[in-house]
Amino acid sequence: MTALLEVERLSKRFGGFVALDEINLSVAAGERVGLIGPNGSGKSTLVNCLCGTLDNEAGTVRFEGRDLAGQSAHQRTRLGMARSFQLPRPFASMTVADNLKIPLFYAVNARHTPALTEPEVAARCEELLALVGLLDRAWRFPRDLTQIDMRKLELARAMATGPKLLIADEAMAGLSNTEVDDIVALLIRLNERGTTVILIEHIMRAVMSFSQRLVVLVSGKKIADGHPDDVMRDAEVERAYLGQ
Amino acid sequence: MNSVVRSASFILACAIVAAGAFVGARAAGNDYVFFAGYTVLQFVVLATAWNILGGYTGYVNFGSAAFFALGAYATVFFHKFYPLPVPVLVVMGAAVSGLVGLGMGYLTLRLRGAFFAIATLALAVVLQTLVVNWNYVGGARGAYVIRPAEVEGLSLPYVQYLFLVMLALAVVAIATARIIEHSRLGYGFAAIRDDELAAEASGVPTLRLKLIATTLSGALMGMAGAPFPYYIGYLQPSSAFALEYAVNSIAMPMIGGTTSWIGPLVGALLLGTLQQITTVTISSAVNLLIVGVLLVGFVILAPNGLIGLWRRVSVKR
Repeated sequence: MTALLEVERLSKRFGGFVALDEINLSVAAGERVGLIGPNGSGKSTLVNCLCGTLDNEAGTVRFEGRDLAGQSAHQRTRLGMARSFQLPRPFASMTVADNLKIPLFYAVNARHTPALTEPEVAARCEELLALVGLLDRAWRFPRDLTQIDMRKLELARAMATGPKLLIADEAMAGLSNTEVDDIVALLIRLNERGTTVILIEHIMRAVMSFSQRLVVLVSGKKIADGHPDDVMRDAEVERAYLGQ
Repeated sequence: MNSVVRSASFILACAIVAAGAFVGARAAGNDYVFFAGYTVLQFVVLATAWNILGGYTGYVNFGSAAFFALGAYATVFFHKFYPLPVPVLVVMGAAVSGLVGLGMGYLTLRLRGAFFAIATLALAVVLQTLVVNWNYVGGARGAYVIRPAEVEGLSLPYVQYLFLVMLALAVVAIATARIIEHSRLGYGFAAIRDDELAAEASGVPTLRLKLIATTLSGALMGMAGAPFPYYIGYLQPSSAFALEYAVNSIAMPMIGGTTSWIGPLVGALLLGTLQQITTVTISSAVNLLIVGVLLVGFVILAPNGLIGLWRRVSVKR
């Protein structure tokens, strides 16, 4: 089986600081991968390099066998790679429903010929809002949403691009336990519908219940990659998280 | 199809209002109405053009005067070859300013916020310096463009003809703004204004859209400037690159409201008319003072302009 996402010897430095050091990672289609690491270990930098927000100096990122070098962020989105932001970044002047129209107009329609008609766009919006449970808030503005609804909007907007791979960057930070369970259940639902998901998270309970595979980053290096239970028993991971 | 019908009926409505304005101005029986009306309409075009970039995508352009002046100087340039009809000059002015808008966008749109605004200001200074030192278009001396008394064949006083041209341009500008606002392009612009990074992550080709905005905005400003030499008769760099164009094109949409096509229209009509009245009754120097005071007042009291104020009031009711 060929991997959906293949990262080879990816490196990124900011001046003299090495943020990512020769990361290798391969994600198969349909997988649920958890990515953890202490603060500043390079998780978000990795996401930004994968999604084209940052340029990596060295290494390659291949998506469906295709080298992504030189592809801008919106082109990667159109290829089927979506991300949600660590801090929700909704389009503040638009209603919740209109927020979803942007990816439908610009990501889905870019690969969809003929373009979706107005009723089709409306139907997709409704379907996505129902999926994340925001249907009754479709005409609200983001400023009226609670934290969890904002996270759901963030995920719905990423899902609206019609991704093959969803990278959820700390979708649950600051949420309560039941809210975390809500989002985990949502992500598993998305995965069951065929989307490969990489979850970046600090909340171990969420990561453990979600991930089929766990990858650990520490100071820009990948130190573990495997079944979550094995990874958590790994001595090096323990050292990184708990100290010696 | 539905949106095409809606746009067509909107343009028709605009044309009817414009025709009404022309008939009304004729009924006043005073050529001064046309002189004053021309200036107000010119600001409607400028404010609407500014808003396509500044209001829709959120990139503040301080260099409106440069695009306006480019349109005007394109007319001077081509006029020296051969006295072309004004509508042709308008198209040429639009092409020149649109191209410069595209170029400026390409060079500066990687800058954001204040840095972009400063770059546009610099563009105005550079272009003014170029024109001052360009002898062919009159340099610092300025250039005369002799306006015929009447349009041949139409037996229409020339100022009325220029008023008509500007009226048509206002319709073009407003229709363009409204069509964009209700199109996918408008959604893309708004996404860029709200959050550029999120827009890009949602598949919006931000650079391309911003280039479309700078080109369109520049072209419309150039259109507004193209008939200006005929209107004023004598064009010099300091009048074409005047501060009032840059200030008014920002102030009018801000006072009217930047998120909708109607904001710049209302702002330009109100402020433009007010300026014309004070020019006659008090002094022409008071103009910019009024703009300044109003702008400060609105930024503090109604940051979303009159349209925002009106929406807030109508929601409360």
